[in-house]
Amino acid sequence: MYEFNYHKASSVSDAEQALRNASDGKIVAGGQTLLPTLKQRLASPSDLIDLGGCSELCGISVDGDTVTIGAMTTHAMVANSAEVQSAIPALAGLASNIGDAQVRNLGTIGGSIANNDPAADYPAACLGLGAVIVTDKREIVADDFFTGLFETALDEHEIITAIRFPKPEKACYQKFPNPASRYALVGVMVAKMSSGVRVAVTGAGADGVFRVDAFESALDGSFSASSLDIEMVHLPDLLEDIHGSPGYRENLIRVMGKRAVEACG
Amino acid sequence: MTNVSMTVNGRPVSADVEPRTLLVEYLRENIGLTGTHVGCDTSQCGACVIHVDGKSVKSCTMLAVQAAGCEVTTIEGLANGDDLHPMQAAFRENHGLQCGFCTPGMVMSAVDLVTKNPDLTDTEIRDGLEGNICRCTGYHNIVKSVRAGSNAMKAAE
Ligand SMILES: Cc1cc2nc3c(=O)[nH]c(=O)nc-3n(C[C@H](O)[C@H](O)[C@H](O)COP(=O)(O)OP(=O)(O)OC[C@H]3O[C@@H](n4cnc5c(N)ncnc54)[C@H](O)[C@@H]3O)c2cc1C
Ligand code: FES
Ligand code: FES
Repeated sequence: MYEFNYHKASSVSDAEQALRNASDGKIVAGGQTLLPTLKQRLASPSDLIDLGGCSELCGISVDGDTVTIGAMTTHAMVANSAEVQSAIPALAGLASNIGDAQVRNLGTIGGSIANNDPAADYPAACLGLGAVIVTDKREIVADDFFTGLFETALDEHEIITAIRFPKPEKACYQKFPNPASRYALVGVMVAKMSSGVRVAVTGAGADGVFRVDAFESALDGSFSASSLDIEMVHLPDLLEDIHGSPGYRENLIRVMGKRAVEACG
Repeated sequence: MTNVSMTVNGRPVSADVEPRTLLVEYLRENIGLTGTHVGCDTSQCGACVIHVDGKSVKSCTMLAVQAAGCEVTTIEGLANGDDLHPMQAAFRENHGLQCGFCTPGMVMSAVDLVTKNPDLTDTEIRDGLEGNICRCTGYHNIVKSVRAGSNAMKAAE
């Protein structure tokens, strides 16, 4: 790891100020992605600004049909939250399958979506449920937030403060984990919202998470697994790596999509 | 250098370290507690698992400065004098270790796991130890140890 200066921010505005004052500052949340990156010397920020002391960023609240999760809320807190389990069980289930217990005790929802790893789980939840990403400056709908591999709509000094999830009529996330890393080889979130069905896929897209229009309109017609026996027209380019070919991933999208629909009941 | 203080196994400790010092380095090199192991240093193996404020974490994936002011428990803090913690005793009795390299992390993960969920199936124990890798035992006796340790912890309550 290269050297850096460390600041523990006491509030979002304090963190924002520290970011502005640093020549090349970086936020650290749970550190479960950033610290491994720093160890490999893939990044060399001048300053790390720790959000760990910003209690305002941590917590879960449910208001009518909206679940709001603070950016510093850990995966374990989401997984074990009775409120999330009852309002959006698919989201609690997704969080309970991220990495392992120790990663879930530190890793945060804000860090996960800011990082936008193409194989991460939360991006599929945000896009599939049509979440709103709240920052210290504005609100960004998930459809505009995830812009490419490890790329988001966040500006340089912008800090995610919370994520707002609308409650679905029903939803399910099915993940085919890479057996070594536990990241998604393919993960599919199917959500029946009052406005229609949304289907988001992680792990498979060469540019990260994406929606499957063909599946959404088929499920709007008839919400059953057999509706997905159709051609997935307009799919984006799929990832090709040692874990699987694009064809393999395309098949998994259908298999996981069907399992998700079936599990929705 | 920054001064980092915390409570480790009930004892207040403090050392001047660089901000980039990992918590596991702080414990091993500054505090002299070498029970916590480094297996991979890439957040995969769990040999470095300790408890910070009651939660199990990988101490190779946390900075010492991030743990400033926290209550830390390492494998050295489990036993009561010469009396092994029930989970440690269960690993010994059930042959839950061979070389022992993974064991400090396994035991720390297991204690956190069964404290939160006292009635686990074998599958749940295996899932709960997802973050701990052992290259010797084949896991079978580890699961047996955790089950026995869990029962012994309940009995001791
Ligand atoms: C062994 C292992 C297994 C894993 N398995 C999975 C898995 O199965 N599925 C999965 O989805 N993930 C997995 N992860 C990743 C894990 O979920 C991380 O916790 C997560 O990706 C990053 O969250 P963090 O809080 O640790 O962020 P950090 O590592 O602290 O930060 C990540 C990035 O986000 C930025 N950032 C953090 N918070 C904010 C904020 N509030 N506003 C703006 N920018 C911010 C940081 O500057 C940094 O660039 C795994 C990680 C490990 C080590
Ligand atoms: S040494 Fe920390 S996870 Fe392997
Ligand atoms: S006993 Fe040798 S690595 Fe587990």
